[in-house]
Amino acid sequence: MAITYAVLLFLIFYSFQPTLSLYEDQVGLTDWHQQYIGKVKQAVFHTHKTGRKRVVVSTEDNVIATLDLRHGEIFWRHVLGHNDVVDGIDIALGKYVITLSSEGRILRAWNLPDGQMVWESSLHGPKHSKSLLLMTNVIIEKDNVVVIFSNGRLHAVSCIDGEVLWNKDFEAESLEVQKVIQPPGSNFVYVVGFAASSQFEMYQINATNGELLKHESEAFSGRFSGEVSLVSSETLVALDSTGLILLRISFHEGKISIQQTPISDLVEDSPGPAVIIPSSIMGLFTIKINAVTIFIRVIGKGKLEVVEKANHETAVGDALSLSEGQQAFALVQHAGRDIHLTVKLAHDWGGDLLKESIKMDQQRGLVHKVFINNYVRTDGSYGFRALIVMEDHSLLLLQQGTIVWSREDGLASIIDVTTSELPVERAGVSVAKVELNLFEWLKGHMLKLKGTLMLATPEDIAAIQYMRLKSSEKSKMTRDHNGFRKLLIALTRAGKLFALHTGDGRIVWSRLLQSLHKSEACQHPIGLNLSPWQVPHHHALDENPSVLVVGRCGPSSDALGILSFIDSYTGKELSSSRLVHSVAQVIPLPYTDSTEQRLHLLIDADKHAHLYPETPEAISIFRREFSNIYWYSVEDENGIIKGYALKSKCNGNVDDKFCFDARELWSIVLPSESEKIIATVTRKMNEAVHTQAKLIAADQDVMYKYVSRNLLFVATVAPKASGEIGSVTPEESWLVVYLIDTVTGCVLHRMTHHGSQGPVEAVFSENWVVYHYFNLRAHRYEMSVIEIYDQSRADNKDVWKLVVGKHNLTSPISSYSRSEVVTKSQSYFFTHSLKAIAVTSTAKGITSKQLLMGTIGDQVLALDKRFLDPRRSVNPTQAEREEGIIPLTDSLPIIPQSYITHNIRVEGLRGIITVAAKLESTTLVFAHGLDLFFTHFAPSRTYDSLTEDFSCALLLITIVALVAAIFVTWLLSQRKELQDKWR
Amino acid sequence: MAPIGRLFLLVLLSTALTISSGSGDGFSINGRVKIPQGLGTKGFALPGKTSNVKVILNGGQIVTYLRPDGYFSFQNIPAGTHLIEVAAIGYFFSPVRVDVSARNPGKVQAALTENRRGLSELVLEPLRDEQYYEIREPFSIMNVVKSPMGLMMGFMLVVVFLMPKLVENMDPEEMRRAQEEMRSQGVPSLASLLPGGGGRN
Repeated sequence: MAITYAVLLFLIFYSFQPTLSLYEDQVGLTDWHQQYIGKVKQAVFHTHKTGRKRVVVSTEDNVIATLDLRHGEIFWRHVLGHNDVVDGIDIALGKYVITLSSEGRILRAWNLPDGQMVWESSLHGPKHSKSLLLMTNVIIEKDNVVVIFSNGRLHAVSCIDGEVLWNKDFEAESLEVQKVIQPPGSNFVYVVGFAASSQFEMYQINATNGELLKHESEAFSGRFSGEVSLVSSETLVALDSTGLILLRISFHEGKISIQQTPISDLVEDSPGPAVIIPSSIMGLFTIKINAVTIFIRVIGKGKLEVVEKANHETAVGDALSLSEGQQAFALVQHAGRDIHLTVKLAHDWGGDLLKESIKMDQQRGLVHKVFINNYVRTDGSYGFRALIVMEDHSLLLLQQGTIVWSREDGLASIIDVTTSELPVERAGVSVAKVELNLFEWLKGHMLKLKGTLMLATPEDIAAIQYMRLKSSEKSKMTRDHNGFRKLLIALTRAGKLFALHTGDGRIVWSRLLQSLHKSEACQHPIGLNLSPWQVPHHHALDENPSVLVVGRCGPSSDALGILSFIDSYTGKELSSSRLVHSVAQVIPLPYTDSTEQRLHLLIDADKHAHLYPETPEAISIFRREFSNIYWYSVEDENGIIKGYALKSKCNGNVDDKFCFDARELWSIVLPSESEKIIATVTRKMNEAVHTQAKLIAADQDVMYKYVSRNLLFVATVAPKASGEIGSVTPEESWLVVYLIDTVTGCVLHRMTHHGSQGPVEAVFSENWVVYHYFNLRAHRYEMSVIEIYDQSRADNKDVWKLVVGKHNLTSPISSYSRSEVVTKSQSYFFTHSLKAIAVTSTAKGITSKQLLMGTIGDQVLALDKRFLDPRRSVNPTQAEREEGIIPLTDSLPIIPQSYITHNIRVEGLRGIITVAAKLESTTLVFAHGLDLFFTHFAPSRTYDSLTEDFSCALLLITIVALVAAIFVTWLLSQRKELQDKWR
Repeated sequence: MAPIGRLFLLVLLSTALTISSGSGDGFSINGRVKIPQGLGTKGFALPGKTSNVKVILNGGQIVTYLRPDGYFSFQNIPAGTHLIEVAAIGYFFSPVRVDVSARNPGKVQAALTENRRGLSELVLEPLRDEQYYEIREPFSIMNVVKSPMGLMMGFMLVVVFLMPKLVENMDPEEMRRAQEEMRSQGVPSLASLLPGGGGRN
């Protein structure tokens, strides 16, 4: 008896052992972190014989990184500010990476091996212009010089310390500089451009002192279009604005000559205007007419010759200088499932240096960019490696006909994320890669036991760590009891869907959506939204779940919509459709049909509601709930919030049964001169609330939470204060927050924070909203909490009434009933700026909540909601203390151990998503930005499961030992008894 | 404006003031981040490098990095009150309020917002280092004893060694009476629970 008690006690004790936060050796156990850089814009190779071979890249997400050429890992990476767009990169002196960014205003040099910034200089100029970066071989006083044209000024900057050596203004009003060219072996640069788009201007500048050597200009009867290609150091090719005439502009020795060649002379049956693809290959340039790429050679004195017309999708790389003045360039062409990589010499079209055919994953789409680099093979010939950027933003290195490595950089730009359950484990089907047998299991536990008893050798510890990290349990492709294993389905900006396994973050499948592919009818398709479409539960369990992707053909809200349905397990596109209406809002309805497809309402730009799926059954379900469907729209530029309900079938389209007209129920017009909407937040649709009542122990009272799904939090600021911090004084800025019922349009609560401004990050859960803003008076960030309670049900606290049944708890709660609400609010200082805020969500909503805050340092900080409780006071009473009320402090604490990202940065953090696991104590947290981070998080510790370091073997051994001991003692006592009896 | 600007630049060079009027349309803020050596080296391995330290103006308006000597600068800043934050893994920095005055460009106005301490020059130092991990307690006998296993063992020892002593000290008469009482009530003894034990009664 005592033993069973002891075991029970032991179990209870064990589960209460605190696991406040992470130990260092637990890193990687439940969390994973992936680093990305985004779509590569420019790449520069650094492959000197000494040192490691690397490539420096800049991306569309303002990242500068160096990658290992051997494996594609990141050596170092810097994420510049969101408006610090990289214009150009290059390598100087073989040890510095030079970057020009912020529209040519900031020039920085980074140490190539470790990424330390060496110098930074700021360049100014008289007017806005194109930014060009040119590495020269000019040396002024032993300094290598980099020439930058930006903001209408030419600068020469020393590579050693970033000092501006000289600068020269190009102030002519309409001058648009196109190129800065340094002819090889000279010490002057050409600055060429168009003035008033009909005059060609050429300036010859001495690179050592900035002196103007020559200025020539030549008028042209037509107009130039923007882009130019360089075909020699003194010849340009451009197009006129009609796109029908090629212009070959030569400025040899200061003499400008413009030669016109109609494209129709070169290409018979040219169907339309051409576009020039900017390049700088000696003697060759590329134009594109519709989908046909045409390579044209420049021979001798102004003769042009078409060398090839390519009908396939083709990407052309920039020129690479080989030795003895030769230039090579790469082109990549698609042919069915393969891509052909060809490296050609610029002056000899027929002679291919390299021709390779590589099998390419169809889910990567087209090749967008190609960069090549050469190396000398052992036999003295040239070998080439090519870095290609694909349509899905992935980056691949090709060498010797194979893909050496690939990076899925599309994941750096996630638009939306949803989760899907994995298939249920079926008897007889083993899905785990490695099923552990009993012996191995015991061995593992023995090792663990050794670890806990501190008997393990270093090798053992390494083995234990490896075992823990590589546990096959967590990466199985089936559902688990705790609900930890799921699929994270992410939609990226490139229009690709990825399914990531929560166990180890690997990509289970990925699919480039054909419906979000650029086409004639749909020029700029973008993904908008991802939502679970079909989640089979009981009767449709044989079917795979599916997700719905909503997109539209263009950035404006009246562009036509696109729907696509994707199988969550395989990534197969089940069906897709082009809609005949636009998509402004996607509203998942809380109803499902008999095949468990969720009903969705798509609101178009004209405020018509369209029901999906388009089945008669959906219509009949929808008819039943017709009067219960409300929605709202926020027009932030006008400051209007409107509420709608359904009216009738669409008038105009008789045959469209699934289209409904909306009627406007209410509208709130905010005064545009004093308020501008900057943030709106609602509750999560699927949030579980455990209890509606909040017990207040101090005065034996009950408060009823006002738990309504129709609450909207709106934050507005003074229009003047909508800019950055520091642009406004406290007197002329204010922040107003509203709580609005979206069914009736009733403003339940309004509060003004004087002297405060945005940006506002807010989160809404249960009956409270927490928001973060900037207090200009204190010059600190502040966080406020508003809790909202239902007063109309406050009479129900009498137990006798409950017993007798005279309560109104069972009466339906309606937004139209007289609302008597009480709000409580409190504000606290908070140290950091926030990028995102979320709240933990658990299966039943019993576990207490923690706020998850993405700080400016790209970390995720967890903060107990109890710190944001409006009932906190400076001196809480004994009863309040027992209830768990924390004494009031003016600022919220930052406990380093509660950073759930521990010492990891989730660079470029944009969003935090929480998903409930089946285990009530645990929530799954997924933070995305440039990087991805996933972890399990237990807001009130894992009270309902054993901790990971619980040793099963120890328990078993103890039990066995105890049983043995009992048996032995029993035998002993038997014998003793017998002896006693004999006596 | 230009000569004045140059003048202030000279002043800046000589006295390392933090704010100067730039050559462009705004002012510039120059400062330094100083991470004391030795701080934060205990416990866990720190990146230690200054290359990953970001200096952020006004919650992300401008992001800049440190030079090898720890200096940083923001250019083209309009006059007003600004906020500078330092993001460095392993250290806790207080945000700094910096006043850039249009009338008096040489004047330094910087204060830590956490403790409202004024700074005479813009040298930012971490308030404390941040320990992201719990420290595992080293092995000790007391821990083992206090752990559930230890308590259980202790309890067992008490039962094994002290109980017989207690039983021995009891009066044999009383003992017999108690045993008889037990038997009559049918409370199963430990022995009877085991196979073969029951047959004895």
